Amino acid sequence: MKTYNNKAWWLVLPVFVLVAFSAIIPMMTVVNYSVQDIFDPSTRYFVGTEWYREILADPRLHDSLVRQFIYSFCVLAIEVPLGIIVALSMPRRGLGVPVSLILLSLPLLVPWNVVGTIWQIIGREDIGLYGWILNSLGLDYNYASNPRDAWITVLVMDVWHWTSLVALLCYSGLRSIPDVYYQAARIDRASHWAVFRFIQLPKLKNVLLIAVMLRFMDSFMIYTEPFVLTGGGPGTATTFLSQTLTQMALGQFDLGRASAFSLIYFLIILLVTWVFYTAMTHNDNKE
Amino acid sequence: MAEIRLEQLAHSYHSAPSQPRDYALRPIDHVWEQGGAYALLGPSGCGKSTLLNIISGLLAPSEGRVLYDGKSVNDLSPQDRNIAQVFQFPVVYDTMTVHQNLAFPLRNQGQPRERIDARVREVAEALEIEPLLNRKAKNLTADEKQKVSMGRGLVRDDVAAILFDEPLTVIDPQLKWRLRRKLKEIHQRFNVTMVYVTHDQLEASTFADKIAVMYEGQIVQFGTPRELFENPQHTFVGYFIGSPGMNLLDVALGETGIEFDGRTLAVADAIVAQLRQREGERLQLGIRPEFVQLVAPENAVLHGYVDLVQDQGTFKIVDVRLDTPSAPVVKARLGEEANVPEGRTGVHFPEPWQRFYIDDHLVGVADENL
Repeated sequence: MKTYNNKAWWLVLPVFVLVAFSAIIPMMTVVNYSVQDIFDPSTRYFVGTEWYREILADPRLHDSLVRQFIYSFCVLAIEVPLGIIVALSMPRRGLGVPVSLILLSLPLLVPWNVVGTIWQIIGREDIGLYGWILNSLGLDYNYASNPRDAWITVLVMDVWHWTSLVALLCYSGLRSIPDVYYQAARIDRASHWAVFRFIQLPKLKNVLLIAVMLRFMDSFMIYTEPFVLTGGGPGTATTFLSQTLTQMALGQFDLGRASAFSLIYFLIILLVTWVFYTAMTHNDNKE
Repeated sequence: MAEIRLEQLAHSYHSAPSQPRDYALRPIDHVWEQGGAYALLGPSGCGKSTLLNIISGLLAPSEGRVLYDGKSVNDLSPQDRNIAQVFQFPVVYDTMTVHQNLAFPLRNQGQPRERIDARVREVAEALEIEPLLNRKAKNLTADEKQKVSMGRGLVRDDVAAILFDEPLTVIDPQLKWRLRRKLKEIHQRFNVTMVYVTHDQLEASTFADKIAVMYEGQIVQFGTPRELFENPQHTFVGYFIGSPGMNLLDVALGETGIEFDGRTLAVADAIVAQLRQREGERLQLGIRPEFVQLVAPENAVLHGYVDLVQDQGTFKIVDVRLDTPSAPVVKARLGEEANVPEGRTGVHFPEPWQRFYIDDHLVGVADENL
């Protein structure tokens, strides 16, 4: 005899509460702000899509969106191949394994603002190792005044900070390939490239999907490092979306526009991630 | 295509081997002739796969040499040895189709497209996987995958040899039998040296012309299935080949001849004389269950009681517990129509089928008859 009751709801209730407070309620608040013009709690007007239309026409948003996409593209284009190369060249057995794992994990343990500060110093042409070397080589490098240099520094910082993550994910993927695959490839006289293309890459696909999505989302939301390094400057060279948003929301206290902005921001990330996911998994469903 | 010769080949997985136990392979001298179909038979862990991996070059031997057609290949990688090997578990390239999988070894050699295509079709036809050629290898069943793995070994027709490392483990019994026949056909058609590793004597004897039996890192006997059955050179071969394996009784060389538990057995004087010349710690009498005769008690020196009868359908296995002090069990294999005695019976070992082993190695007249 089975008993039917609704006890199971009590078991999922904590999750509901948690998600409600961590995601749904804050997000609905933002939605609420984005469709109203609020002066104080009793004086507010429903404005419909006005904020959205305004923000979509705002050149500031266009500029930082373009900047943001180029930046995220560069991050992925450098970190993913570099991470794979690092993972491929890591030792597969022996003492080298724990040593390289620890070395690779170190950058991941450094907080974002510390990374910014470190590179602020390393990049200085007088006392910074990186800046000094570049300038001694005759390159006119100055991240504080040259927009290009600042932009490259932010990119290098990210590569330094996060390539390890891609490398570690790929390494775990490579470790799951049984030795017999490599043996069969040697017997079949496969070149190194063929081994990579037909054995390693297919097995890496799933971890690469995770790596690409994580790195995309993270780099698309980058805030702390450029803020610490140059405060988004010089000019607006390193002012990415999140900083534009913060300036709008907290600097100008333009909550309606900022809310509309954050929802668009959120949808872009959702959309791009979905595109990545579909593109990388659609082959699995064939045949 | 080549003759493969092993010279004093030994291997240890220890960095500093000091005693025989440290060796996975003890020094082996052996020749696989060009064009032969061979089986390498032995229990798990006897060194079969190690030996195979050394021949193909996946593993470098600690001692000795591997020669293809008289030339040492010790320093050559598997790629340069031009050898094919099929592994125990299927290895397919997931992202490729079956056709691309089969073509892969040939493409790596840079062969022309038409030739590759012809070879792939020939092998696919032989393995009956033609309908699968355009399917992605990823979605095949385990036995289809293994056929593809085997196909990649067979597709190259210029290889020194094809090595099979228990390739039919994942295949169901019905198909196993057919695939073995296929391999045999392919062997005859392409005249390539094949070495087939297995722990199944039936598999070995249906595939191979000659079987090498391995035991504790050594090849203890190399011969036709019939030789292995009639004249096991080592007690292990006697025990491992045949079902059930050879009966082995500890006997002693006494004043009057061969004695077992105080009874003198009927053994030719010539053999007794020969055994007297040899030294050794342990003397054993071996006789195959097929040759053990159960006779009336008054016609035999040894007696025992029938312990157990297993009817296998086409034959019966009778366990007889001898009534001597050590009370060993002797197995007899009788025809289905034979009468199984009840209770006490005489046990007779016909002289032509008696084999004697000193310290596990065959001695006596029999080894001169080989």
